[in-house]
Amino acid sequence: MTDDPGLEEQIAAWRAFVARRDAIASGDVDELEDHLRDEVAGLTASGLSGDEAFLVAVKRLGGLDELSREFAREHSERLWKQLVMSESAEPTTRSRALPLAVGLAVGAAVAVKVPALFGIDVSTDGDFYGRNLVVIVLPFLAAYFLVRRRATLATIAVVAVPFVVAAVVLNAYPFVPDAATLVLATLHATVALWIVTGIAYVNGDVRSSRARMDFIRFTGEWFVYFVLIALGGAVLTGLTMAVFGAIGLDAGTLVEEWLVPCGVAGAVVIAGWLVEAKQSVVENIAPVLTKLFTPLFTLLLLAFIVAGLLQGSLIESSDAAPEVFGQRDLLIVFDIVLLVVVGLLLYALSAREPLAPASWFDRLQLVMVAAALAVDLIVLVAMIDRIAEYGASPNKLASLGLNVILLANLTGAAWLQFRFVTGHAPYERLERWQTGYVPVYLAWTAIVAIVFPPVFGFA
Amino acid sequence: MKIGKDLVAAAATPMVLGILAEGESYGYAILQRVSELSDGELKWSDGMLYPLLHRLERLGHVEAHWGVSPTGRPRKQYRLSAGGEAAFAEQRRQWTVVSQALQQVWTDRGDRSAFALGGAGA
Repeated sequence: MTDDPGLEEQIAAWRAFVARRDAIASGDVDELEDHLRDEVAGLTASGLSGDEAFLVAVKRLGGLDELSREFAREHSERLWKQLVMSESAEPTTRSRALPLAVGLAVGAAVAVKVPALFGIDVSTDGDFYGRNLVVIVLPFLAAYFLVRRRATLATIAVVAVPFVVAAVVLNAYPFVPDAATLVLATLHATVALWIVTGIAYVNGDVRSSRARMDFIRFTGEWFVYFVLIALGGAVLTGLTMAVFGAIGLDAGTLVEEWLVPCGVAGAVVIAGWLVEAKQSVVENIAPVLTKLFTPLFTLLLLAFIVAGLLQGSLIESSDAAPEVFGQRDLLIVFDIVLLVVVGLLLYALSAREPLAPASWFDRLQLVMVAAALAVDLIVLVAMIDRIAEYGASPNKLASLGLNVILLANLTGAAWLQFRFVTGHAPYERLERWQTGYVPVYLAWTAIVAIVFPPVFGFA
Repeated sequence: MKIGKDLVAAAATPMVLGILAEGESYGYAILQRVSELSDGELKWSDGMLYPLLHRLERLGHVEAHWGVSPTGRPRKQYRLSAGGEAAFAEQRRQWTVVSQALQQVWTDRGDRSAFALGGAGA
C-alpha cells in the first residue's frame, strides 16, 4: 500500500470515473484498481515519480471507451451491446430513436384503421382483426429495429418474407367458419412472427447465443412494459367512458373502434422503444419479479402434484375420483402453466449474472423445473390417453406437440441446472441450451400455422 | 517490431491458458509473464486482459476467487479448471500444427532462397 496521499487521491478520482461506466461492475473496478496499483508500484520501483507512474499506468490500461465496450461485449447482460456500441460511438442516433418510435407507433395505429376504409370494422368483423392484428402491427416493431440497426437488404428480406407468408396463409386459406385450425394458425403465427421480429432485433446475427439471449431478455422486458401501458390504457378507457357517460354521450363506439385497437398497435412499438431507452429501470424489476414468482409457481406445481395424489387417480377416471385430466380445458390450463414456467425460467436466466455461483435461488429453480417436469409427464400421458380414446383433433395434436417440446426443454434444463447447482457445469451451458431452443419454437409454430390447416381440411 | 492486432487477439487466449496452466495467477502477474515470455513484443492494452479472463470464466475454462494481495488489498485470482485443461490441450495441439507448418515452409524457403530469390518477388 502506498503512503503517497496525492496518489491515493488520484486513484480515488480514477475509480469514480471508471465506476460511472455501466458496463464495468464495481467488482471489475476493484480488479482494475489492483492492477493499476501493481503497475504504479512497478513503475515507481524503476525510478518514476508517483505522478508519472500513475499517468503511465492509466495509459497502459487502455482507452476507457474501448475498455468499457469490451466489458459490455463480454457482459452483455449488464448493458446490451447495441446501446454501448452504436450509441456511444454516435450519440446522435439515440435522439433519433424517439421520433422514429413515435412515427412507427402512429403508423401502426393508422394501419389498424386502414381496413375500416373498406368497411371492415372491429365491431362487425372482429374475426378479420383477430387473425390479422399481428400481421398488421408487428411489422412496425420489426421496422423499428431494422431502421435502428441499419439492417442490410438480406436481413430485411429474411424478416419480411415470413410476414408475407403469414398474411397469405391467414387470409388465403379457405377456412370453414369457426375453424379450430384458424385459431391455432393465428396463435402460432403470432409466436412465429415474434421470433422473426427477433431476427430484426439482433440484426440478423441469429447464430450468436448472446444475441439470442438479448432477444429473450428483450421479450421479457417488452412484456412488462406492454402490461404497464395496457394498465394505463385500461384506466384511460374507463375514464373516457365515464366522462362522456356523465354528459349523456355513449363513448362505446369511440373506445371500441379507435381507442383500443389503435392504442394496442401503438403500445407494441412504444413498449419496444421503452425497453431500449429506459433499460436501467426495468433491469431492477426483472430479478425482483422472477424472485417473487418462482417460489409461488413452484408452490403451485408442488401443491398440484400433492393434491392430485391425494385425490387418488390423476389420469384414470375411476368412478369415485373426479377425472382431473379428462377435461380438455384443464389440459390447456396446464399447457399454459408449463409455458409460464418456461417463461419464468427464461426471464430469470436473462436477468442473471452468468458468473455468479449457484445460490438458493438456483436450487429453487431446480425444484420448480423438476415439479414442472412431473406435471408435464402427467399431462402428456393424459393427452395420449385422450387421443387414443377419442381420436386426434388439431387442438389435441397442437397441445401434444407443445407438450413434447416443453418436455424436452424441461428435461434438458433440469439436467443442466442440476449439473450447475452441483458445480459440474458452468452456467453458460444452461444459457446455450435455452438459446439453442429458440429455432425449435419457430419451426413448431410455423408447422402448426402452415401445415395443420390443409391437413385437417381447414376445419 | 509490432505484432499485428489480429495475431495478438488470436494468441491471447492460448497464452493466458498456458500461463494459468503453470499455476494460479492474477491479472497483473499474467501480463508480466506475457511480456517476459515474448520479450515485450506481444502486448495489448492492460485493461483488455480482464474481459478476456471473464470470458474464459464464463466458458468454464478458468475459476476465479477473491484473495488478498500481500499488501492486504482484495485481489482476484484465476486458475485453470478441468475444462480449461482440456481447452488448453486442444489449443496447444492446434498451435503446434500451425507453428510446425510455418516453420517448415520457412525452412524450405530458406534452402531454396539462394537461387529462388530472383523469381520469388514476381
